[in-house]
Amino acid sequence: MSDAAMPGAALRKPWRSLRRQREAAGFGLWVFLGSEVMFFACALTGYAVYRTLWSEDFAAAARETNVVYGTLNTAILLTSSLTMAAAAEGARAGLRRLTLACLAATIAFGLAFLVVKGFEYREDIEKHLVPGPGFALEAAAAQVFFAFYWLLTGVHALHMSIGLGVTGTLLWQAWRRRRPLRSPAFEAAGLYWHFVDIVWIFLYPLLYLAGRS
Amino acid sequence: MTGLGEAAPAGAMAIWRRLLPVWAALLALLGATLALAYAPLGRFSLVVALGIAVAKALLVVLLFMQLRKPDPLLRLTAFASLLFVAFMLILTFADVLTRAAPTQAGTVLPRSGPDLPAMGRRAF
Repeated sequence: MSDAAMPGAALRKPWRSLRRQREAAGFGLWVFLGSEVMFFACALTGYAVYRTLWSEDFAAAARETNVVYGTLNTAILLTSSLTMAAAAEGARAGLRRLTLACLAATIAFGLAFLVVKGFEYREDIEKHLVPGPGFALEAAAAQVFFAFYWLLTGVHALHMSIGLGVTGTLLWQAWRRRRPLRSPAFEAAGLYWHFVDIVWIFLYPLLYLAGRS
Repeated sequence: MTGLGEAAPAGAMAIWRRLLPVWAALLALLGATLALAYAPLGRFSLVVALGIAVAKALLVVLLFMQLRKPDPLLRLTAFASLLFVAFMLILTFADVLTRAAPTQAGTVLPRSGPDLPAMGRRAF
């Protein structure tokens, strides 16, 4: 609670109050997330167009994805968002133990997600689900589906890795008391983490649940 | 969520009491979307799956990303990109769904074999 006694430590140069700084961090992060929304929306629009053109092939290809790994990873990611939200609110309230524990838990869940993803990728490669020569499925557009599968999950995993780096940095700084808990950085990192979670919330039904009924 | 004050008093228990129901609702929606994916809903299964995804995203955006707070600047910034996504989808599908069959991209199937010699026509 030492930094709660001197809130000036979290305040950085151009801002006059911590509240203004917090608003600026949130605003800047949301503008950045807008660009990220457009980035993923472009790929998803491509997916939507090809799925409209070749809906049966896409359904047949989507049945080949591993729904167990996909569902498990969705649950892991939703839980990591819970701990990240608790970390951000804990930091704002100056609760050091809660913040450190929840940041560490978020990193653990993020790593678990990537490990499950790695097992899934290995199984996909063993089943010859990589587009190109020797592809497993007959349907012509199944390769298009799996091109989107690898692109979208790969870019999402990259975003997860960046989020893990950011969260790890914040955990280290909070642990060493180099960054006061009142810093808006915790909430900003939380916004980014939740966005990556939302991307997965949409990838899950599109890549794993299509063509199951 | 308790207001705009800088020193919002919150204990760990208060934080968990607020966040855990959201998490439970998210997991319940995950179970619902998984179960409904196997139900024979025909073309509505995509609608149901995306509807549940939107509900989950709204829970995250409003309660985890704090957009429930009455902050017009953040709310407008957060939802501005959706307007451009809507433009992109509307203009793209205005093309895809209204083409004459011979000019439809789906009439040229993708293949992974070697390239055939160029015929002087473009595939797409």
